[in-house]
Order: sequence, then C-alpha cells, then structure tokens
Amino acid sequence: MSLDMDDALEMFLVESRELLGDMETALLALEGADDKTEMVNAIFRAAHTIKGSSGLFSLDHVVAFTHVVESVLDKVRADQIALSDKLVVLLLSCSDHIGSLIDGVAAGQLAGTPELLAAGEPLVTQLRAFLDAAKAAAQAQNAPDPSRQMPTADTEQVQRIHGDTANADHWHISLRFGPDVLRNGMDPLSFIRYLGTMGRVVAIETVTDGLPDAEHMDPELCYLGFELAFQSKVDKAAIEQVFEFVRDDCRLVILPPHSLISEYVSLLNLQQGDAARLGDMLVRCGTLTPQELDMALNTQVDAPNTPIGTILVEQGSVQPEVVEAALTKQKQVKEAGATESKSIRVDADKLDQLINLVGELIIAGASVNMIAHRSRVIELTEATSKLATLVEEVRDSALQLRMVRIGATFNRFQRVVHDVSRDLGKDITLVIDGEDTELDKTVVEKIGDPLMHLVRNSMDHGIESAEVRAARGKPAQGTLKLNAYHDSGAIVISVEDDGGGLKRDKILAKAIERGLVDASHHLTDAEVYGLIFEPGFSTAEKVTNLSGRGVGLDVVKRNITALRGTVGINSEEGVGTIVTVRLPLTLAIIDGFLVGVDKAVYAIPLDMIEECVAYSAEPGHDYTNLRGEVLPFIRIRELFSVPGKPAKGENIVVLKHAGQKAGLVVDTLLGEFQTVIKPLGQMFAQSKCISGSTILGSGDVALILDVPALVRQAMSKSGQAPPERAVVG
Amino acid sequence: MSAANVLKMDGELTIFRAMELKPAFLAQPPVTEIDLSGVTDLDTAGVQLLMLAKKTALAQGRDVRLVGHSAAVIDVFELLNVAAYFGDHLVMDSRTPATGARS
Repeated sequence: MSLDMDDALEMFLVESRELLGDMETALLALEGADDKTEMVNAIFRAAHTIKGSSGLFSLDHVVAFTHVVESVLDKVRADQIALSDKLVVLLLSCSDHIGSLIDGVAAGQLAGTPELLAAGEPLVTQLRAFLDAAKAAAQAQNAPDPSRQMPTADTEQVQRIHGDTANADHWHISLRFGPDVLRNGMDPLSFIRYLGTMGRVVAIETVTDGLPDAEHMDPELCYLGFELAFQSKVDKAAIEQVFEFVRDDCRLVILPPHSLISEYVSLLNLQQGDAARLGDMLVRCGTLTPQELDMALNTQVDAPNTPIGTILVEQGSVQPEVVEAALTKQKQVKEAGATESKSIRVDADKLDQLINLVGELIIAGASVNMIAHRSRVIELTEATSKLATLVEEVRDSALQLRMVRIGATFNRFQRVVHDVSRDLGKDITLVIDGEDTELDKTVVEKIGDPLMHLVRNSMDHGIESAEVRAARGKPAQGTLKLNAYHDSGAIVISVEDDGGGLKRDKILAKAIERGLVDASHHLTDAEVYGLIFEPGFSTAEKVTNLSGRGVGLDVVKRNITALRGTVGINSEEGVGTIVTVRLPLTLAIIDGFLVGVDKAVYAIPLDMIEECVAYSAEPGHDYTNLRGEVLPFIRIRELFSVPGKPAKGENIVVLKHAGQKAGLVVDTLLGEFQTVIKPLGQMFAQSKCISGSTILGSGDVALILDVPALVRQAMSKSGQAPPERAVVG
Repeated sequence: MSAANVLKMDGELTIFRAMELKPAFLAQPPVTEIDLSGVTDLDTAGVQLLMLAKKTALAQGRDVRLVGHSAAVIDVFELLNVAAYFGDHLVMDSRTPATGARS
C-alpha cells in the first residue's frame, strides 16, 4: 500500500513540475498576447490541479499556499483583477515557491520546513493585497445595489426569480457535486461565480437534501447541489467547459433553452431524492411553469420502468441540438482517448535498460555476422545481413526514444531572461531558434546548467546598459539568441548576444597577470577568447550576484567536455559575442568506421569522417595536398607508438570537426561498424585522443578515437591558425 | 429559551477550518446566535456548516440566528440564494415540512 502511495506521489511530483512549467510558459506568454483568456485558463488550471492533487496527499502547506494563488487567479478569470505586470512577476515568484514546496516534498519534507513556509509568507501577503483590492473594488461597484446591503433580502430574491418566469428562454443547469470536491481543493462557489461572467445567472436554488445530520456530517465533504437558470448566448460546450475541472467529480445536466418537458423528466429521474422537490425548484428557478411540471411528473408516472431515453426516442421529441451536443461530447471523449494513448510515460531507467540491451544485441550480432562470413554458407550470410539491417533499425528507433526536443530547455530561458533582465535593469529580449532540434535526453538534462551560465554571462557582461547602447547607436533593447541545429553528427547550440563583445587586450593582460600565458607568446584572437574558459578567470570589474565571481565558465567547459562536447567562442568588440557549444548526438551507440594500424583496430565516429584518400605527403612535412588545400595529418602509428614499419598503401582518413579538417594516417580501412560506446575506466581518464572503447564481433576491444582532440592536435602541430573559431573544449 | 449564546466567527469560514469549526457550531449549551461580522471569506464548506447549525437547531426545536453578515457572507448568500434558508421565519415555515422529512 505504501508502495502504491510512493508511486502515486512520484507521479504527482512529475505532474506538478510539468504543470508548473506550463504555468510559467503561459505567464511569460502573457506579455504581448492579444487573447489572454486561454493562457489565464492554463495558469489557473495548473494552480488548480496542483492544489487538488496536493490535497489528495494531505500536503496541507502546498494546498494552503496554492489556494491563495488560485483565489487570485480565479478573480483574474472573472476580470475582477487586472493582470498587471506586477501581478505576473508575483505569480512567477509564486510558481517558483510552489516548485520549492514540491521539491521539499520530493526530499521527504511532507509538512514543509519552517524556512520554506516563511519564504511563502511575503508572497501570500502580496497576493492578499490583490484580493483585498479586488474585493474593495467589487464592493464599490455594487454599492448602489440595495439588495447587497440587506442581509436578508428575501423579498428581493423572490421577486427576481418570479420576475422572469414567463419565458423559459434560458439554460437550465443542474449540478450535483461529488462528496470529494472540497477535499480536492475545488469550491463549487467559484464555478458558479465564473458562470456569472459568461452570462446572467437568472436564478439559483441550492439543493440541501444531501446534508446529513450533525453526527454524520463530515465538514470536509460536499453535500450541496445547485439548480441554476442561466441566460447567456454561449453554447453548451462553453458551459460544459466551465465545469471542466470537476467533470469527473460532479453530475452535470445542461438543458438548452426551450427544452421539451420530457427532458426535464429525465432530469427529475436522475434525482435520487424527491422528484417533486426538485420539480419545485425548477419552478422556482423559472425553468418550468407549474403546469409543465405537472405534465412532466405525469409522464414519469406513466412510464416508470421505461428508460427516459426510450421515451424521448419514441416521442421523437429530442431537440436536434441536444442530440448533436451529445454526439459531439461522445466524439470529444473518443478523441481525447485517442490523443491520450498517443503518448505514454516510461521510466527513464527502463529506457536505459533497453538501450543497453540493444547495445549487447549489436555486439552479439556483429559476432554472428563474422562467423557467418567465415563459414561461407550463402544462406547464412544472407540471413545474418538481413538480421543486421533489422538490428540497425531497432537501434535507431531505440535511440529515437531517448531523443527529446530542445525546445523545453530553451523555453526555460524565457523566464531566466525575463527575471535577470529585470534584476539588471536592462531591456533584453530572447530569440529562440531551432527548438525542434532533437537530442539525447541525457544531454538535454546536462546541458541546462552550462547553458544557464552562458546565458546569464551574456546578459550580465555581454549586453550593455541602455545608455551605453544608445551611445553606441544600438537599439535600446538587447537581443539574446539561442539557436540549435544539427551539423555533421553533432548538435550545435549557440548563445549569441549583441553586446559589447570581448575585450582582447584586457583578457590577455589578465591572463598574463594570472600567469596563464607567457607575455612573449603570440596568441590568435580565438585563443585569447578561449582563455575566459580557463579556471579562475574573470574580467568583470565588479562582482555581481549573477556572475563575475570567476567560477563558472570553467565549470561550463568542464561539464560540456564531460559530455564529449566542445565550446567555441567568437567575438567582435562592440558588436557581440557568440558562444558555440557542440555536442555529440547520442551518448550510447554511434555509426563507427573501423581502421587498422598494425594489429590494433580503432573506431572513428562515421559522422566526423569527410572522406578517405590514399596516402600522400609533402616530403618531410606532416601535411598533404588535398585538391589544392593544405591538410595537416597525424600518424596513428606515431601517436600511439605502435611498433613495426608502416604497411604499404597507407590511407588518410579526412576528419572534420567544427569547420576544420585534419587527416589521420592509418594502415587499413576496415569499413563501417555499429559502435556501442563503452566508457573507459578511471585509469584511462588522462589518456588523450581516446574517448571510449567498443567490442568488436570477434570479441576484441577497439578504442574509439576522440576526433575533436585529434583535429586540435593536428592544428597545433601544423601551427596553422584555425580559420574561424577556436575550439577550446 | 435561555440567554443568548453568541458564537463570534472571525477570519475564514472555509474548508481549511471546517474540521475545527464543526464542534464549535454544535457546542453545548447550544449556540443561539452566530455573529458573522468578522468573517472575511466563506466557501461551500462554510455554508454547509452554517446550514448544519441551522438544521440541527431546527431538528431540536430551537433556532439559531445569523447576525452581522459581513460583506463576504452576503456575497456568497446572494450567489447561492440561500439567505432564505437561514432567514426570516415566514420563509422557513413554508420549508419546514421538507426540512423535517430530510432529517
């Protein structure tokens, strides 16, 4: 049982975080949106659902806080509170606070810590201020209405009800709330209030039949029902929409204006209690006249055992719109079912397990393949090659499962930019591109923090204050661009700002002062810019609370390197800076290309191979002429100190990384191979130019070459300055 | 009937305090008057509690009066049209048979 609860709680945590994400997105989208209703609804829905679910887990502190948030949102929905910029900022903080509360729950603090609760108090105070203001405004508005000032305004009420009875040209809504709605954090009152914003509640009767005696009454259960006469131009679906949040938890009957008596019969039939009493209420609501009620009750008596539906069909008296509404409803339910089944939630561990198995499958498949070739049985060879194709497809779809769009990660930065630009007093807009680019889930999870640092750094140090920008003739609003795209087997994420750019001299001076470089050494621009990723390097004159403490960029570089990625930076003083993060697409399985040197076999990620050419070299130099271009190369034999003489007919594999090419001299080309990346042990952590290992079909181990490192080495060896951007990762 | 036994309500009359408030409404000696002037917030759970107090009193042949309705209370009573449920005797009388049948 407790296990079930744990599962449910886990689900709750995941869902709440998603909802908070939605809430944040909607809050940020509010700025500049024309029609805010949809977003306000989304925000309300998020707060509401979190409150409801927290109630289920008795997380009273979460419920208490979200309740206040929800109350404010409810008033926003009802147009009683204007959605000011200040309120958006406050709601964002509230969303953060709910996030911390949820995190606290995840950490096992089911009642919240005093610190957390204290942190929520100022927010609640501010929210209350909004509520009070709204209340005051509402009262001021309603002051001229005399009924408001009379506590027992029965005469007024009665008059109002009977005033409209002549024509039943209004909707009749019959509501019976389930006992748990209150516990789930919902208040029937708010639905009725909201209904009031869509039209006019002509009359309302509160059904108290369900209220038990004092002994059996649980004050946290809901016992009330409502019969409403509602005048509005909206359609049925819109009315149903109002009760969307409680649809599962209430019995809702909506009868259109001028419905036939028989439909009221069915409503009466639904009533478990005294049908006559309900009938009375319909009369009081002005929905039915007493004569009509008599007719209805008589019909009911005439056919006590016939289902009402049958009566309706027999009489052929159902209004088309009712049938249509019913059909639409059914269709909606079906469609909802269809979309729901389109995506399922899978435990990430199970997915990892699958990827591991696929990896093993590939290794086993490779060994079968080799044996088949050796046995020279044609049928067997054919069968295994077919199998290999299938395994490849399985691999691709398994990896595809782990691919997620980077959009969600990018969108988080809307909030960061929103908040940080306020903190800094700068006007900065975020432009997002390529949010549909997919990459491995693990990479997405780990890239968040480094990106955050880059973004903050750009905003803090890159983009200048409005005055400086104006003086430099730039638009007052700074622009930060996040972009993602695929490029030769890697994903490239760039963070670009149109700020002041890097000051080459200052960086160099600082680096010399810190002893990072030798003063006599000549460095290229890119090398100089790359220095800012060195540990303990910061040129910010003053330390702000965002960045400038000298930690961070080196951590960014380390994190990205840990993902087998690289960071590049390019900058123009006064124009802007672009930081380019290059990451491998997947972390588990790649298409590899095998090369042999002596008896050892090495694997190279296929995406990074441009072409293979026969060996040639400029005499006495470690470079060759590739169709008129200088191509520096590295001999694996030398690099790894492989003994023995080079074989005849050596080959050069042309590698490409981050816009640079380098050659790799090998003995033999062995062809493509699906490479399952196995990490190297801690012992080999220091070894350069090797990024991992893989197991071949024969059971032998092959080392995977680290292409970025090789290209870098070839470049530095040839002394050639990288053409565009430095690779410092 | 003995001297008035006034129960003064303050602050929220909502689901959050429903559990704690129920005994107060049903306390002995019976409450004869509930002062709502200090109520800042009323929700369905609160309305139910007030109804329960009224109903219990009627079932025992007593009555309980609600006085000093605050703006928040009036707002909800208006919305739900339940003033009559608690209100003057004329209306109550016409409903009493139904009330009796229910309990």
